[in-house]
Amino acid sequence: MFRFLLRRLLVAIPTLLLVITASFFMMRAAPGGPFDTQRKLPPEVERNVKAKYGLDKPLAIQYLNYLGGVVHGDLGPSLKYKDKSVTDIIKEDFPTSLRLGLSSLVIGVAFGVALGALAAMRQNSALDYSLTTAAIFGICIPTFVTAPLLILLFGTTLGWLPTGGLSDVRSYILPVLTLALPQIAVVSRLTRAGMIEVLHSNYIRTARAKGLSERRIVMRHALRAAILPLVGYLGPATAGVITGSLVVERIFSIPGLGKFFVSSALQRDYTVVLGVVILYAVLVILLNLAAEVVQALLDPRMRLS
Amino acid sequence: MTGATLAPGSRKAPSLMEAARGRSLWDDAGRRLIRNRFAIASVFVLGFLVIAAIIGPYLTPYSYDYLDKTHVWAPPLTGDHLLGTDSLGRDLLARLLSGLGVSLEIGVVATVVSLVIGITWGAAAGYFGGWLDELMMRFVDILYSLPFIFFVILLMVTFGRNFILMFVAIGFVQWLTMARIVRGQTMSLKQREFIEAARAVGLSGGAIIGRHIVPNLLGPVVVYVTLTIPDVILTESVLSFLGMGVQEPLTSLGTLISNGASEMELAPWLLIIPSILMVVTLMAFNFIGDGLRDAIDPKER
Repeated sequence: MFRFLLRRLLVAIPTLLLVITASFFMMRAAPGGPFDTQRKLPPEVERNVKAKYGLDKPLAIQYLNYLGGVVHGDLGPSLKYKDKSVTDIIKEDFPTSLRLGLSSLVIGVAFGVALGALAAMRQNSALDYSLTTAAIFGICIPTFVTAPLLILLFGTTLGWLPTGGLSDVRSYILPVLTLALPQIAVVSRLTRAGMIEVLHSNYIRTARAKGLSERRIVMRHALRAAILPLVGYLGPATAGVITGSLVVERIFSIPGLGKFFVSSALQRDYTVVLGVVILYAVLVILLNLAAEVVQALLDPRMRLS
Repeated sequence: MTGATLAPGSRKAPSLMEAARGRSLWDDAGRRLIRNRFAIASVFVLGFLVIAAIIGPYLTPYSYDYLDKTHVWAPPLTGDHLLGTDSLGRDLLARLLSGLGVSLEIGVVATVVSLVIGITWGAAAGYFGGWLDELMMRFVDILYSLPFIFFVILLMVTFGRNFILMFVAIGFVQWLTMARIVRGQTMSLKQREFIEAARAVGLSGGAIIGRHIVPNLLGPVVVYVTLTIPDVILTESVLSFLGMGVQEPLTSLGTLISNGASEMELAPWLLIIPSILMVVTLMAFNFIGDGLRDAIDPKER
């Protein structure tokens, strides 16, 4: 186990290096720069500003400087927001995105497992068919369709919920719902498939033969095995929620990191873009690793390497 | 090889029997697919949509970029515009048809890109095995663990909104799963006798992959393709929504929805109609994909 962890962590380093290098040079290849304004800056002012941020040095030197900073945990200053470092911005905006993402993941898994298990227990019944069809709906309706429709219905027409911003708990409902719906759909499909397979296995037949109640069979025996594949879905789910947050934060005008990332990319705020990419890459890599470890702990058959 | 003498009930047995029955595997699959009403209905819906996207633009009275200044924000079913017009007086029906065409085109082309890369990568890794396999799949693992939308966004920012680049960028994101599926299938295929026979005749590795392995991968690949196309269409729409997709006056379903969302209080049909079309398209692909999977591999139903 320890060797496995060590090996994976060693792989994570070149992965991160690849991420940083690719994003760094892609960002720099983009036309325009962070100091482009409507009116052209006088050349000497531009030169001074660039010198202040070290952007006048050769690209290779800038790259090495940046890498050096990252190794020491310094993501540099923002080029657009004066007097703010990238770390400040992440500290300010990431908690919002994290709250939003975590709530949607938790709700997605909880409802997904419940609905999936329900569908599997009544396989091929009307309930099963409606749940499976609803799940396909959930997967097919993009977040940027659900969000405006939810706003139109609950915000504008009924006036029950706020349509944007994050002022109180109620303002979380619509964005979290938007992000959670596709997760509920995918998780319920995975759970249903796993559950159906497990319910046909021999040890469940044994449990039935022992005369256990159906509830006990499902809760104690079947569900545990059926949700194992879900652990592997943790990584992709996180990636999905992060992608969704780019859209949702924009629609609901939530001051989170996703919204910030898009505007920074468009404004060529190099350091902020890189910082956000690094943060999310680390997050996804760690979650994938955690998923592998949990899987190995739960299922000895997965302990391969 | 010992594969032929495996006891019944072991994992290899059913697939060997399928191989022996030859074409009847596909006959069976076809029969099962036809019984799946959702999938068959989806085939017809999708066929209709594809035809509409191809010939529809020639039949509409307005072109997708014609500005009818006298009918701005006309609601559906009023005047000359069947589905109404947008804030610039452009005919929604014409824009829907051309947007649908663009979305389908992106979906298919990007999927083909991912298909070519994924099959080559996965088949090579699976067939040659050993350290090469380890290296190639580790690379896939690394790319898998990245938040890819960020890279697509960076690509779009770097190279501007370029139609061809969008195909390539999304295709590059999608090939990973394909490579994994193909590798797994290849590894189990190469244990079979007909591959050994091909090797005994003296075929080279490349020829065996091309002539014998790849054609036998068709089943899972077809399923994955029908599920990748809607995924690509979705990714493109996210980009369009963030203002990095197809450029005006050209349009896609994602662009239409995104424009509609910004005007939904004034002209809800601009949001609702494209959304419905998008959901119908995506669902058709998903039902066909699910139907095909159930038909080819009935175990999972």
